[in-house]
Amino acid sequence: MRGTVLAAVAVTTALTLAGCAKDSGAPSGGGNASGSECKLAPKPPAAVASTTAAKTPEKADGSALKVGLAFDIGGRGDASFNDSAAAGVDKAVAELGVKKENVKELSAGPNEAESAKQTRIRQLASDGVNPIIAVGFAYADALKAVAPSFPNTKFAIVDATVEGATNVTPLVFAEEQGSFLTGVIAAYKSKKCNVGFVGGVETPLIQKFEAGYYQGAKAAAPDIKIAKKYLTPAGDFTGFQDPAKGNAAAQGLVSGGSDVLYHAAGASGKGVFTAAKTAGVSAIGVDSDQYNQKTVEQERDVIISSMLKRVDVAVFDYLLAVAKNDLTKLPKVFDFSVGGVGYSTSGGKIDADLQAVLEGYKAQIVSGQIKVSDKPTS
Amino acid sequence: MKLNLRSVVLPPVLAVAFAALLCGLALLLSGANPFTAFGAMVAEVGEGTAAVDIINGGATYYLIALAVAIGFQMKLFNIGVEGQYRIAAVTAMIVGGAITLPPGLHALVIMLVAIVAGALYAAIPALLKAYRGVSEVISTIMLNAIALGVVAFLLKPDVFGELRANSLTTGELPESAHVPGIPLGAAGTIFGLGLLSVVAGVGYWVLMNRTRFGFELRASGESATAATAGGVNAKRMIIAAMLISGAIAGLTALPELLGRDHTFTQNFPQGYGFSGIAIALLGRNHAGGIAFGALLWAFLDRSALALDNIGVPKEIVTIMQGAIVLSVVVAYEIVRRMQLAAEQRRVGQQLGTTNGNGADRQPAATSAGGGAE
Repeated sequence: MRGTVLAAVAVTTALTLAGCAKDSGAPSGGGNASGSECKLAPKPPAAVASTTAAKTPEKADGSALKVGLAFDIGGRGDASFNDSAAAGVDKAVAELGVKKENVKELSAGPNEAESAKQTRIRQLASDGVNPIIAVGFAYADALKAVAPSFPNTKFAIVDATVEGATNVTPLVFAEEQGSFLTGVIAAYKSKKCNVGFVGGVETPLIQKFEAGYYQGAKAAAPDIKIAKKYLTPAGDFTGFQDPAKGNAAAQGLVSGGSDVLYHAAGASGKGVFTAAKTAGVSAIGVDSDQYNQKTVEQERDVIISSMLKRVDVAVFDYLLAVAKNDLTKLPKVFDFSVGGVGYSTSGGKIDADLQAVLEGYKAQIVSGQIKVSDKPTS
Repeated sequence: MKLNLRSVVLPPVLAVAFAALLCGLALLLSGANPFTAFGAMVAEVGEGTAAVDIINGGATYYLIALAVAIGFQMKLFNIGVEGQYRIAAVTAMIVGGAITLPPGLHALVIMLVAIVAGALYAAIPALLKAYRGVSEVISTIMLNAIALGVVAFLLKPDVFGELRANSLTTGELPESAHVPGIPLGAAGTIFGLGLLSVVAGVGYWVLMNRTRFGFELRASGESATAATAGGVNAKRMIIAAMLISGAIAGLTALPELLGRDHTFTQNFPQGYGFSGIAIALLGRNHAGGIAFGALLWAFLDRSALALDNIGVPKEIVTIMQGAIVLSVVVAYEIVRRMQLAAEQRRVGQQLGTTNGNGADRQPAATSAGGGAE
């Protein structure tokens, strides 16, 4: 009897304490000192444990692999997407023993014909290169046509799935999840409760970034205003290579009141950063940690974070899986749970408090409590 | 019109040689061996699907360059072929996917739709030019930008588009609309509709050289006022030339769409129109010359892959294409002057004296003849 009472007291105390802890968290989360800042939604509960605990590095021997990389426009050195894929291969060279001279890299020209893409893949495959990684969804049709003729060659494609070709491994990402956190960052950092998005080309892929950003910002601050601009319509891929357009679009968003700008516009992002710098607002980079990128060094003080799309992780994991001759364990989608997307904190603009919030949202996404849609609602 | 071998063949040969020299220099400066590079470019023609790719690419370029050339014949600069072929391609694919017809007829209807769509889109600048005097250069450039937007709109999933992986397409064409090619085994497949360019080429030659319409077209190009005085309806000529130009441009994308892709995706290559302008210049609006230019262009496109394969910067090909167009213009001028000098000497010998006046008149006629050819 006595034991039961004691237990009850203990439980009640614990509950009260837990309640207190929760309560004391709320006011600071909903803190709205300045009138124009966002009224933030309650913070998510802190993440229990690091969900992306460092995996013990797996060992495999890749010295026999002849790796082929078919880049999209830009190739190695584009400080973005292609470079990220190249970094994954470089890591494989360093850690899996893939021989440097066994890595063959070819890259696409602007506006090339479909037959050029097919030929590039076929060239690699008939040279005995295996595995072959095609960087970019533009290779989807080429792989669909070529892969069946080389049934013993392993192919992978970044950002696309190729139906009907069993030897093509898709390496796709949950960009909307990474962008969700970017939206949260934007909402916390905005002083006017008004944020903007600049998309390079209005393709379904870039709309995933927009969708996640929108949902993240709304989740953190339900009243927030989110403006968007796309540089070019689908089909015109110059939107990824036009800093001047990026600049003009960013200026437009700033004059509309946005004071945090997130871009998913490839090389046009540089224009977004310069506009942000001129106007004295913040910007968020994309794909790789842009704060540390040489090409945008001049503007880096406006970059508060970057949405990381770890093409390098996916490429490395793929090569590791090929070296181990087991592709079955490769994730279907590279999302938060496998470290396929993330955010950067270089530059010191993301403080510990905000990081705790971000980790909280991240934990909810990983656990499935928050489902991030990859289609824009508006 | 007598075909002067020296004035027709020499300039392009000179131009290609000069462009090769220029690129050789660029290659040397970038630290590559020009002989290895050129060797690789030539050697790859015999490998894999290269030869077939060149023929297929050439056929596509030929159609679009013919479209440009028809305008050029009457000094109309239809820069809008770029927009016309994209609008035509996407419209034709949407219609083709929506209807069911027996094989053969289906492809024929798709071709007709493409012709009509291309011509209709070219009708806008034609009417603006004929009735409002709007420069076709400006209006077609702007319509190119509008075409991009229209195509992007039509490809939206809630309009006519279909989302496939991370790409937007017009949806797959049914089997009955496919046009079989000429299979050459491992060497690839020549597009069946590649024959269209042969038909169009012959038609173009007949139209220009054997019909009254062609004569009036060229006459309007030489001198609009003189043609009008001779009873040619200038407005009718402008509209007709633009419509034919747009119609041929509309066919451009069909060989690869009906022969291989069976769907129009947002990745469909852009820029055929601009290559077409360069090729028409290179071929001097001549049916045979354009064929040469189109194949050369396709060969250069293709060799970019071979260069990349041996680690030579493939951008060298773009330099080469630019250099060829530039030097072909210069080369024609040089050859024209050489002929002029030769003519002067000949006339001088005939008259027994070097009379400047007589020599001046003679070459003027020669150059006019050369230009129209």
